[in-house]
Amino acid sequence: MNSEQQYIDLFRQCRTMIDSHSAPVLNALREQAFQDFLQQGFPTQKVERYKYTDVPAAFAPDYGVNLNRLDIPVNPYEVFKCDVPNLSTSLYFMVNDAFYSKIQPAVALPEGMIVCSLHEAAQQYPELVARYYGKQARTGKDALNALNTMLAQDGLFVYVPRGVVAERTLQIVNILRSDVDLMVNRRVLIVLEDNAEARILFCDHAADDRSFLTTQIAEVYVGNNARLQLYELEETHVKNKRFGNLYVDQQADSNVSLNTITLHNGLTRNRSEVTLSGERAETNLYGCVIADKQQHVDHNTLIDHRVSHCTSNQLYKYVLDDQAVGAFAGRILVRENAQHTVSNERNANLCATKEARMYAQPMLEIYADDVKCSHGSTVGQLNEQALFYMQQRGISREEAQMLLRFAFAGEVIDCIAIDALRDRLHHLVEKRFRGELSRCSGCKICK
Amino acid sequence: MMLEIKDLHASINGKEILKGINLTVNPGEIHALMGQNGAGKSTLSNVLVGNPAYEVTSGSVTFNGKDLLAMKPEERAHEGLFLSFQQPVEIPGVSMVNFMRAAINAKRQYHGLEPMSAGDFLKMMREKRKIVELDSKLANRSVNEGFSGGEKKRNEIFQMAMLEPTLSILDETDSGLDVDALRIVAEGFNKLRTPETSALVITHYQRLLDYLKPDIVHVLLGGRIVKTGGPELALEIENKGFDWIKAELED
Amino acid sequence: MEEKNKFVKEVAEKKYEYGFTTDIQTEIIEKGLNEDVVRLISSKKEEPEWMLEFRLKAFRHWLTMKQPEWGHLKMPEIDYQGISYYADPTKGKKDGPKNLDEIDPELMKTFDKLGIPLEERLALSGTAVDAVMDSVSVKTTFKEKLSERGIIFCSISEAVREYPDLVKQYLGSVVPYRDNFFAALNSAVFSDGSFVYIPKGVRCPMELSTYFRINARNTGQFERTLIVCDDGGYVSYLEGCTAPMRDENQLHAAIVEIVVNENAEVKYSTVQNWYPGDAEGKGGVLNLVTKRGHLRGANSKLSWTQVETGSAITWKYPSCVLSGDNSQAEFYSVAVTNNYQQADTGTKMIHLGKNTKSTIISKGISAGKSQNSYRGLVRVAPGADGARNYSSCDSLLLGSTCGAHTFPYMDVHNDTAIVEHEATTSKISEEQLFYCNQRGIPTEEAVGLIVNGYAKDVINKLPMEFAVEAQKLLNVSLEGTVG
Repeated sequence: MNSEQQYIDLFRQCRTMIDSHSAPVLNALREQAFQDFLQQGFPTQKVERYKYTDVPAAFAPDYGVNLNRLDIPVNPYEVFKCDVPNLSTSLYFMVNDAFYSKIQPAVALPEGMIVCSLHEAAQQYPELVARYYGKQARTGKDALNALNTMLAQDGLFVYVPRGVVAERTLQIVNILRSDVDLMVNRRVLIVLEDNAEARILFCDHAADDRSFLTTQIAEVYVGNNARLQLYELEETHVKNKRFGNLYVDQQADSNVSLNTITLHNGLTRNRSEVTLSGERAETNLYGCVIADKQQHVDHNTLIDHRVSHCTSNQLYKYVLDDQAVGAFAGRILVRENAQHTVSNERNANLCATKEARMYAQPMLEIYADDVKCSHGSTVGQLNEQALFYMQQRGISREEAQMLLRFAFAGEVIDCIAIDALRDRLHHLVEKRFRGELSRCSGCKICK
Repeated sequence: MMLEIKDLHASINGKEILKGINLTVNPGEIHALMGQNGAGKSTLSNVLVGNPAYEVTSGSVTFNGKDLLAMKPEERAHEGLFLSFQQPVEIPGVSMVNFMRAAINAKRQYHGLEPMSAGDFLKMMREKRKIVELDSKLANRSVNEGFSGGEKKRNEIFQMAMLEPTLSILDETDSGLDVDALRIVAEGFNKLRTPETSALVITHYQRLLDYLKPDIVHVLLGGRIVKTGGPELALEIENKGFDWIKAELED
Repeated sequence: MEEKNKFVKEVAEKKYEYGFTTDIQTEIIEKGLNEDVVRLISSKKEEPEWMLEFRLKAFRHWLTMKQPEWGHLKMPEIDYQGISYYADPTKGKKDGPKNLDEIDPELMKTFDKLGIPLEERLALSGTAVDAVMDSVSVKTTFKEKLSERGIIFCSISEAVREYPDLVKQYLGSVVPYRDNFFAALNSAVFSDGSFVYIPKGVRCPMELSTYFRINARNTGQFERTLIVCDDGGYVSYLEGCTAPMRDENQLHAAIVEIVVNENAEVKYSTVQNWYPGDAEGKGGVLNLVTKRGHLRGANSKLSWTQVETGSAITWKYPSCVLSGDNSQAEFYSVAVTNNYQQADTGTKMIHLGKNTKSTIISKGISAGKSQNSYRGLVRVAPGADGARNYSSCDSLLLGSTCGAHTFPYMDVHNDTAIVEHEATTSKISEEQLFYCNQRGIPTEEAVGLIVNGYAKDVINKLPMEFAVEAQKLLNVSLEGTVG
């Protein structure tokens, strides 16, 4: 049986159940998504965009899917203790794909701002949700969009109205929790209207020693002169597979930073697609990957410069140990109208062992002439001269290697704009390199 | 006796450079090592600090009674050996503060001492910086990154001040320095001298030696020390070059 | 700004200089491709049985394959049955002409017009030439002089007959017929091309050169070049090509195979100037070529240098398989596209041996409505300890209706490897042009200066005489580019 069949059967058999536990806005797209999925099937590694990750194999095992929304007993505060000192956030939890509404942060949100379950939003503000839901993550262009849209019943909705500045960082802790192997299809919709500002931190954790397969489709809309910082920190475990598709649409003068840090995982494939629709928009993508054992991290980015005078920067760094596999494919597309584009892409990788593998593919596709674009990619080792220099100063070789790796990864962490988070991550990265952080620090099961 | 080198032979990429070096350095002594390019001066300094690119083929080196050649490079440093590199490497992303603290604490640990507190360490940094007039900005930057040639050399002497070695090797520390920088580096070095510390100074020029006042001057030629004398030998070389020594040898 | 637009416009209007046709009686076989055609080609060339078998195997395999679609190219539909696979301008003289008297004077004139000396006494430089028109090698010069040193330089057809053991040993050993769609096609129907054998320890005393010319209408050119450089040998090889202006596309699917043994060195330079089509994108050569070198021996060296200015479509990746320890490979490329030209070109560096080293320098220049892509792969196999690669791929855009693209792939499976890739895309800045203007250099000339300066790293890698021709070609392709 091919990998697709079980999802096709599942959808055909459980369609009514899926619909009945979701909202009309989400249900409206299912049929088309299903047709698109039938037509496309899972992408094989012959599809350029999926060259480095075997999707059919990841989706082949039999996972449970919580389609009839059984309540999974959990107290998120018990399984998760985020200990970023000095970081006062508005803390929310997602348990698998469901928004955990039993606890709400004590500090009220600014007037008009909404942070809630997508399911709930789709019922309370159907027009608002319908305006954005499924508009970027089109089901015809990516089979994972199709699969997620077919099956997704809930997720997160964040709405920041015109001119509203969310002072406190929103922290969304994604907790994977299950007594059986579980597939989670999560949906995220973030809307910042004109002049709005927000910082959102996602922390991925797995609370059970089970195999998890997550598809997360996030659609982000950033209005004129709006500002968004988005942080994604993955600290799960080797049995976790994550497929995340993130779509960002930026209007004029907007500014978005995306910082993806993968400290622990099993298999991760992150697709980040940023469309610069308005002039003078700026986008910054940062990624830091530290992988060992048989971990697999595949970042696939597309920056679509559609209009003139936009700026994009990308910096992705990988440190690969043991038999880890890293892949980075970054594509910069500068369309005909996008004159005066400035775009830089840099990818640097350290392979620490013979078995570690790195695939890098920095791509430029340029149809406008008045542009400044560059990319650079390197794969190499720690500088022997630097190591020796440090040894001469009495630092052991191991410690010198550690310091250099820490400095290497630190360049990405330095790009984090929230001081407390940056300090904390420097600390986590250092602990990670020292092997003191065998898994994530806050999870109950890791203690 | 601090350092004793006996019949040391060493090669790089299979080519023998050192062909039987014998040299003894006692506490408090300053030795100057002179010689033309390719004579083996830098090879000797690299071999002493254990650069893995060089292979010792025979001979022995004892340092304060211990077998130096059996030690790892960092152990040699902990034992008090310091090399001021001819071309200090840039280490992007590693700040001088973190770098030096790691070096100091590793040495303290080797000697069974507690790590230095952050406050004490920063105070020490501040004090030592003055010795070579090193700008505080430089001290906050990544190691040698974006430093001028003179700044790199000053940074080397600053690190020497921090680590308080008993034997310092200055490998052409004067090369490429302007007059002021040379004075600062040399005076910095002199401030750090004690009756117990020694130095091996590799140079082509008398000018640095004017400042450092060596006790003993050696001439290295073809991988061997061919002549040893007092400070007057350096002056003679400054005036007459090396040819007369070669001629002497042929006779 | 207006000045520059004018320049770009002129560039787009520039005519192709080598677009004349030669009125010459040519034997052309019926259009279409089947096993009988393959047999016919083989029999016309009086090939031995094993060669026919090789062709038939390739043909049968080709039937199972599909034309690749992964290039950044809009490829016109190719009607493989609408092409004639064999055209002989020497009217079927079996071995090609024995001496100059036998060559049709029109043919001589053609090569004269192209500046290719077929008379040895007229040859200005010490360059030996193998001239190939359509499917047949017309003339190979300096053969005797070369044979004194044991060097074999002849047409591949002659080599199949005269040196079957060498050809059998190496043909298809670097580019097997299964390699890709066009390689299979070529292996089935290849017509002529050059064969070079440099014996052990011999340095070839002169540049060897092949000149390819498509003349006949509705024919494809499928040449095949095989170069074997034995232990300690050295050769520098040049390849040039032109075609007349035709309204329809002409198919050119060649294979070049190079074998480099221990301590041997091969330099392969190409100045490709096939007819690029007219300003509206009509006609032009489809240049679909597989070039690959195998650095078999330790310390071997191979260098590809190419200046690509012609062809409607270029699909070409001169590659190196670095098997020998300490082997070194280089790829230097300038690709110029104008009007509706499309180029998808680059290289593959496959590091298998220890301490192997490769360098890639690619310069793309796009003008008009053209699309110019660099596509390259650097792979370091698990056993290739100490492998090094440096790649630099720059693009220069002239005008806002063209495209410049970079698709590098790096697959690193070894922790001792160092692989570096850099790429930039830029245009000629207004400040640079103004500075030149202020010093009295007209805009058109300034652009030329800057473009030639931009391509200099690659042009400098060409043998002297070719470098001059390449510079001239840059001028032709980008009108007014004074070097």
